[in-house]
Amino acid sequence: MNSQSARSSHARSLGDKKVLGIAIVFLLVCALTALASDRFLTLHNIANLLRRSALFGVLSLGAAWVIVTGGIDLSIGSVVCLSGCLLPWLVVDQAMSTPIAVLLVLTIAAGIGLAHGLLVARLGLQPFLVTLCGLLLYRGAARVIVDDQTVGFGIGHMTLRGIATSSFDVLGLAVPAPFFLLIGLSFVTFVLWQRTVFGRWLFALGRNETAARFSGVPTKRLVASSYVICAMLAAVGGMLFVLDVNGAQPTDFGNFFELYAIAGAVLGGCALRGGEGSVLGLLIGAALMQVLRNAIRLVDALPNQAEYAILGLVILGGVLIDEAVRRIAKRRTAR
Amino acid sequence: MTELRAIGVAKRFGGIRALDGVDFHVRGGELVAVCGENGAGKSTLMKILAGIHRPDAGQLEMDGVRIELESVRSAQSHGIALIHQELELCDNLTVAENVGLGDEPRHFAFVDRRRLEETARLALTRLGLEIDPRTPLGDLTIGHRQMVEIAKALARRARVLILDEPTSSLSRAEADRLFDVLDGLRDEGTAIVYISHRLSEIRRLADRVVVLRDGQLAGTLDHDEIEVDRLLTLMIGEPLEAHVRDASRRSGDEAALSLENVSTSSWPRATVSFSVAHGEVLGIAGLVGAGRTELLRAIFGIDTREGVVRVDGVAVPTARPRAMQRAGVAFLPEDRKFEGLLLEASVLDNLTLSALPRWSRFGFVDRTACARAAAEIVDELRIKCDYFERPVGELSGGNQQKVVLGKALLQDPNVLLLDEPTRGIDVGAKQEIWTRIRGLADQGLAVVFVSSEFEELTALADRVAVLSRGNLVAMLSHAELDETTLLDLAAGSRIRA
Repeated sequence: MNSQSARSSHARSLGDKKVLGIAIVFLLVCALTALASDRFLTLHNIANLLRRSALFGVLSLGAAWVIVTGGIDLSIGSVVCLSGCLLPWLVVDQAMSTPIAVLLVLTIAAGIGLAHGLLVARLGLQPFLVTLCGLLLYRGAARVIVDDQTVGFGIGHMTLRGIATSSFDVLGLAVPAPFFLLIGLSFVTFVLWQRTVFGRWLFALGRNETAARFSGVPTKRLVASSYVICAMLAAVGGMLFVLDVNGAQPTDFGNFFELYAIAGAVLGGCALRGGEGSVLGLLIGAALMQVLRNAIRLVDALPNQAEYAILGLVILGGVLIDEAVRRIAKRRTAR
Repeated sequence: MTELRAIGVAKRFGGIRALDGVDFHVRGGELVAVCGENGAGKSTLMKILAGIHRPDAGQLEMDGVRIELESVRSAQSHGIALIHQELELCDNLTVAENVGLGDEPRHFAFVDRRRLEETARLALTRLGLEIDPRTPLGDLTIGHRQMVEIAKALARRARVLILDEPTSSLSRAEADRLFDVLDGLRDEGTAIVYISHRLSEIRRLADRVVVLRDGQLAGTLDHDEIEVDRLLTLMIGEPLEAHVRDASRRSGDEAALSLENVSTSSWPRATVSFSVAHGEVLGIAGLVGAGRTELLRAIFGIDTREGVVRVDGVAVPTARPRAMQRAGVAFLPEDRKFEGLLLEASVLDNLTLSALPRWSRFGFVDRTACARAAAEIVDELRIKCDYFERPVGELSGGNQQKVVLGKALLQDPNVLLLDEPTRGIDVGAKQEIWTRIRGLADQGLAVVFVSSEFEELTALADRVAVLSRGNLVAMLSHAELDETTLLDLAAGSRIRA
């Protein structure tokens, strides 16, 4: 008993250090933006940021499920598009009952994820290629289904839209409903990752799939289920987005969202080679992306046209810091 | 004449003192073997000599002149070449391209292919090897690839050749061939440093053995003084008990594992049938490629199989690792780094990986129970690790192997399948694992293990099954075991039922 506690009570792991790193960067960006613009720390802007971060956080959460297995999902943006177009199309144009429409969208997303998972795990195709095809396929499907028309809820369905648009007053701040949804989903993910056999095995196979398989881990089933979860979270995100903005144009709805989702997860410490990731980190990473976009809009010195360039530079910087942390940690423990 | 000398070199990694003021020298025309347990500092010393690490203290001299090795390239420019345990060659290039890699003869900006191939051919001829330099490296056997690596060193006019356990993946014939080549190079005046765990090789090759222990020089033996006992005493500091096998012990009669006409995808026409009783240890011998590993993997359900596998009399229908584990079978794979361990994950995560469902309810892991079980196995197997969260990749080879064994034992198996259970680990850890395996058999486990070492087969096995080209050609009792018989049978020159 004695030796056991001595063994486990050791200094922070590398994962904790990475979360600390991204948290510092996040606070730094917030502080600088607040200094440069007096519009940043207004209640309205913060509520707005929380809403954006929550929506993209759901996507990053999904992306992380696949990334920890060592895979990638490039189709997130297109699944957002498909589900975001399908929901109003089903509810408004096809007059389907709302719960059934939501369930149908989730089922379709689960089917998409299962297809990805089986192609990757069973046939051994590369995740990059499989989901790149998905990226083209689902946006194309969405455009065919709604015939390139903008779909939305008009002035009706306010109760349904309330899921995304309503907010709850917390100490004077209007905290948007999706934020609570994200917290719930994050907590479930955290518990699954940290406390269940499923989660421990998922991370194990991300580190070394062969060793995991040889250890009796049902790797194929686990990989497939991670793609299912990713696609379903993308669909949740897509529905929230369309409920929030009340309109989806299939040619550009959800464009590039997979990149925001992946960038958020990677900034938050999910290693693309798999086996590493923390829920807290990826939430901060997703929020950082939105704060940056917000800062570019608010701070006059930053031209709006430079949005992508600035995001690219910041992500690169984050990855470099991550690598530096890893090297320092490695040097300390090297043998 | 060539002389490479290290004077008082020391190296620390974090809090660990890997080398502590070691003197070492090797002259042209001399083969010096370096021995020591894992973690004794052999690899660190070699890496310092090859320019991979820089010493914290001490200095290096070549032919009496002080040299600074800043990189592998600068070591190469001084004529020092390290031949790694894991071969560092590119499968997709030809032999000649590999030999010339990084040092290609050029014609303006273009590679001069004719000169490249000529250089490679010359180096290969010097090794007495007739390989077309245009052969893709991927087509060669491991033994030949090793030769190509040596040829690469020779093509760079290496005067000091450092070999890190070169025979660990060679067949016996390939190893003999390598020894002849090394003899030849030594006679031509090359200085050779040879790291090995295998005492027979050291006796065969070395002019001198340098033994390291805990980062310090434990002693030096000249060729005539090399004896197993003296070497072991220097390496571990205390004499070892001899064989661990207790010949008086009898195995039970109940079959724990039985195979009926099992065939694997690598030898689909050959079928194997045997059964192993509780408390019995069955060794599987044979040449590389005889289908030993494939047989174990097929039993465990990693590869597909035909035929029937019964565990305690019950046929296990699905060939899946998980199903075999539920039936009470645990497996230790051949290659601990790629198949056995998650190197970056912690000791705790590795140990508990397979048996996690044992400590879980409704899929939730009871982490206290999990850590307690892991702590017990760490103590039981005497795994040296200061804390559970240490990445397993930072442990020595012997301790890593114990972690893989621990992972299998935590499943509380009735049948243990072991593929090369002590490959590439030091003598001390090897003895411990052997004793452990015999102890498990005494507790009633059935053990099936594959081994390429005769010593291991005699130390452990009650019976030895000999495989040749996928077929079970003989089942030898412990009394019938002898090296020549085994080799004859394995080579397929004799068949016995």
